[in-house]
Amino acid sequence: MTSTVELMDYADVVARFDPVLGLEVHVELSTNTKMFCGCPTAFGAEPNTQVCPTCLGLPGSLPALNGKAVEAAIRIGLALNCEIAEWCRFARKNYFYPDMPKNFQTSQYDEPIAFDGYLDVTLEDGEVVRVGIERAHMEEDTGKSLHVGGATGRIHGADYSLLDYNRAGVPLIEIVTKPITGTGERAPEVARAYVTALRDLLKALDVSDVRMDQGSLRCDANVSLMAKDATEFGTRTETKNVNSLRSVERAVRHEMTRQAAVLAAGGSILQETRHFDEATGHTSAGRRKETSEDYRYFPEPDLVPIAPSREWVDELRGTLPELPWERRRRIQAEWGLSDAELRDLVNVGAVDLIAATADAGAPAAEARSWWVSYLAQQANTRGVELAELPITPAQVAAVIALVADGTLTKALAREVVDGVLAGEGEPAEVVEKRGLKVVSDDSALYAAVDEALAAQPDVAAKIRDGKVAAAGAIVGAVMKATKGQADAKRVRELVLERCQ
Amino acid sequence: MIRKTAAELADLIRTREVSAVEVAQAHLDRIAEVDPAVHAFLHVDTERALNAAKAVDEDVAAGRELASPLAGVPIAVKDVLTMQGATTTCGSRILEGWHPPYDATVVRKLLAAGMVILGKTNMDEFAMGSSTENSAYGVTRNPWDLDRIPGGSGGGSSAALAAFEAPLAIGTDTGGSIRQPGAVTGTVGVKPTYGTVSRYGLVAFSSSLDQAGPCARTVLDAALLHEVIAGHDPMDSTSIDAPVPPVVAAVREGQGGDLTGVRVGIVTELGGDGYQDGVLAAFHGAVEQLRALGAEIVEVSCPSFDLALPAYYLIAPSEASSNLARFDAMRYGLRTGDDSTRSAEDVMSLTREAGFGAEVKRRIMLGTYALSAGYYDAYYGSAQKVRTLITRDFAAAFDKVDVLISPTTPTTAFRIGERVDDPMAMYRADLCTIPANMAGNAALSVPCGLADGLPVGLQIMSPALQDHRGYRVAAAYEAARDAAQGGALIHRVPELEVAH
Ligand SMILES: [Zn+2]
Repeated sequence: MTSTVELMDYADVVARFDPVLGLEVHVELSTNTKMFCGCPTAFGAEPNTQVCPTCLGLPGSLPALNGKAVEAAIRIGLALNCEIAEWCRFARKNYFYPDMPKNFQTSQYDEPIAFDGYLDVTLEDGEVVRVGIERAHMEEDTGKSLHVGGATGRIHGADYSLLDYNRAGVPLIEIVTKPITGTGERAPEVARAYVTALRDLLKALDVSDVRMDQGSLRCDANVSLMAKDATEFGTRTETKNVNSLRSVERAVRHEMTRQAAVLAAGGSILQETRHFDEATGHTSAGRRKETSEDYRYFPEPDLVPIAPSREWVDELRGTLPELPWERRRRIQAEWGLSDAELRDLVNVGAVDLIAATADAGAPAAEARSWWVSYLAQQANTRGVELAELPITPAQVAAVIALVADGTLTKALAREVVDGVLAGEGEPAEVVEKRGLKVVSDDSALYAAVDEALAAQPDVAAKIRDGKVAAAGAIVGAVMKATKGQADAKRVRELVLERCQ
Repeated sequence: MIRKTAAELADLIRTREVSAVEVAQAHLDRIAEVDPAVHAFLHVDTERALNAAKAVDEDVAAGRELASPLAGVPIAVKDVLTMQGATTTCGSRILEGWHPPYDATVVRKLLAAGMVILGKTNMDEFAMGSSTENSAYGVTRNPWDLDRIPGGSGGGSSAALAAFEAPLAIGTDTGGSIRQPGAVTGTVGVKPTYGTVSRYGLVAFSSSLDQAGPCARTVLDAALLHEVIAGHDPMDSTSIDAPVPPVVAAVREGQGGDLTGVRVGIVTELGGDGYQDGVLAAFHGAVEQLRALGAEIVEVSCPSFDLALPAYYLIAPSEASSNLARFDAMRYGLRTGDDSTRSAEDVMSLTREAGFGAEVKRRIMLGTYALSAGYYDAYYGSAQKVRTLITRDFAAAFDKVDVLISPTTPTTAFRIGERVDDPMAMYRADLCTIPANMAGNAALSVPCGLADGLPVGLQIMSPALQDHRGYRVAAAYEAARDAAQGGALIHRVPELEVAH
């Protein structure tokens, strides 16, 4: 697109229009094998090495359903407060595309495994928005095309294309929201918060890697605008290639300003797929979605219907972990946090980390102190999110335990954390490698204390005279001599003992 | 030797009266002599056959237990099943030269049973047809009259039996493609219960209807082969996890010649107008024979059978339009027009234009239309309802009788070229066989005499998983017929001119 895009000022957009969102999230399940065959699903293998007749769609091959994928789909449905179908089928979605081995995708159409649920989403200021879930259904992923040559990296204008079918047949769950209305100027924020909450939920369920950068969580954002006095939704566009949480927000916001400008100028919105450009933050027209596009869905005759028993569904309900928001609510109560305090912790992404640290055995207060002070500073210095620091809650808990048992002082503990962040290994290894252990050998400490007392006879005399406060100077000298590796409390005890 | 039954050959090999190599060589010689005229085979693999036979002879010589009751017996396989080491073409240009990298489950079972695969047989392209005239590789001729069709789609398999090129063959039956060729070539053809013989490696025409099954010259041979190829297969999700019906035992029981207490229902709707007089005469002769054997004969009405043909021509093409989408030049088979200037879409389109024959294109168009938005309910949806009605008619009928009978096909073999311009006339050849595919139950065709010198088939239909009922009746009838007519019908095939 060479022509400059007209955009309307955001304040004007929300003054004149109500945005309507629909979010479609594709989640790649982290099952060991594909949806309909035994091929591995690991990311990043050599192209076309994780394939077989079935996922290549060779003539005569047939699908065999991966039960683990169904289990994951049901758990996701339950966590999203959905109904679980008593009986449902797969359907074929027919269209031609070179990265689709059979030229149909085995998906679900009017009989999804899970439907009619909701997800409560908390915005930064604490406002909770309930996002309705239309459905969550199972399908297989397509292969990947790499278009070589041409300017855009897209199929048109490419010299040739390379196809990798490793991803073909990887289990996907597509989660579709009901139309999200009434969010006004907060629509972009709601979109981001929804995808964030969904990501956290899926992570807690341990069903997916939820890596947007690797494509294991993909979001398509449907956006339309309706004039303030309108009663029907406007024409929507579907923006693809939205590869980060931040992009979700930017893409929605951009589409709102672009569509508003088109509508205000008397134009109309084309129902089309648009492509989000991370660099410019703009969307550009992609495949034109003719309303006549017809996937000729029909029930997949190569698979038998799925009828999850109610007993099984209840059993799976029992496997749901404490969900992220439940955990936050519990933590708020346990830690006695105000709403604002909790929100602050949530906003810096510390709650789950603190809770996980506490779960790993650390006192909650200690855990909280580490994450919101020293580790927060480190994240800040490095310009990354707290969760992206290369230290796990379990490692933080281990450091806290080392302080508690006297192996480390607070100061030494910070050095150990530095070592872990620097990739030097587990806390215990860092202690070992850097020689950071508190000197707990009393004979070595006695020697150091005696040396310090001898060096400052006047202070020693004061202590002997009962001026216990003077001991601090000797303790300081011993700490200096031992390079901080002594336990100051113990040193003080020894100093007083020597001066009796 | 080539005129012996499979059961006889197996015994001779087991008792070392002949070697498996001799048996294989006799059939290979016969193929070399008569196949130039018959053209039953698309591919013959002499070396492979002789090696397989040699392995059986070694087992016999070493006194090892043979792999199955049919070890060492030659067999021909319809070219719609994948087999490594040879091309699988499905009678289509679009798959010319395609070497599948895997064996169909049925092929795997034949090999495991120590059977000697002679080669692959001709068929209507993608099993669409009733005459083998739709093969891209030339028509197969009926050994009873070389100017006539051998039936279809599995005309190659049946003609090979009637020409004594093979004692056994594998066919596939979507709407009658085993039974109708069996009827017009004077051989036995069995469509087992849907789901009892694995479809893995069977290149799909219509997934919910396709079923592989045995082709033979005697009922016992068919039963022996049936037990080799049937059984649950986890690779085929529609495969039924149930014991294989005891068909060989049923044949032995039937050969005793007593059908007292067996209730046989004549389907009112499958006879009368449009049926060749000679066919009806032969059929009624068979009915009298059954009555003489003690069977109780009643007439049963199955009104929805009248709707079977039109419903079939919606369901089968619909599924085919999707199943055949994968033939797109991207991964295997024919590629037309790839001159590095054309788009992938154009190459797909040109390849499909060049690679598919007229009947396949007709059915793809028909199916694509029937599945289109706005037409789905009227066509595909209604056809599925008809299917339910047919299943109910069968269920009601089987409440009253043990098996249902009809002529297998309304006429004897027609002349080559006679119906190529009249698809509706061609489709009527499957009028009697389609209901069993629609309901998924078992059915077979056994020769029941001649009309104007050409074979007529008696169809016997059984409830799902009760395949043995049909076998028992067929075996009893076959024994009585052979006794009454002074030998097996198949030996009245005219001598074929031998190529030199
Ligand atoms: Zn695979």
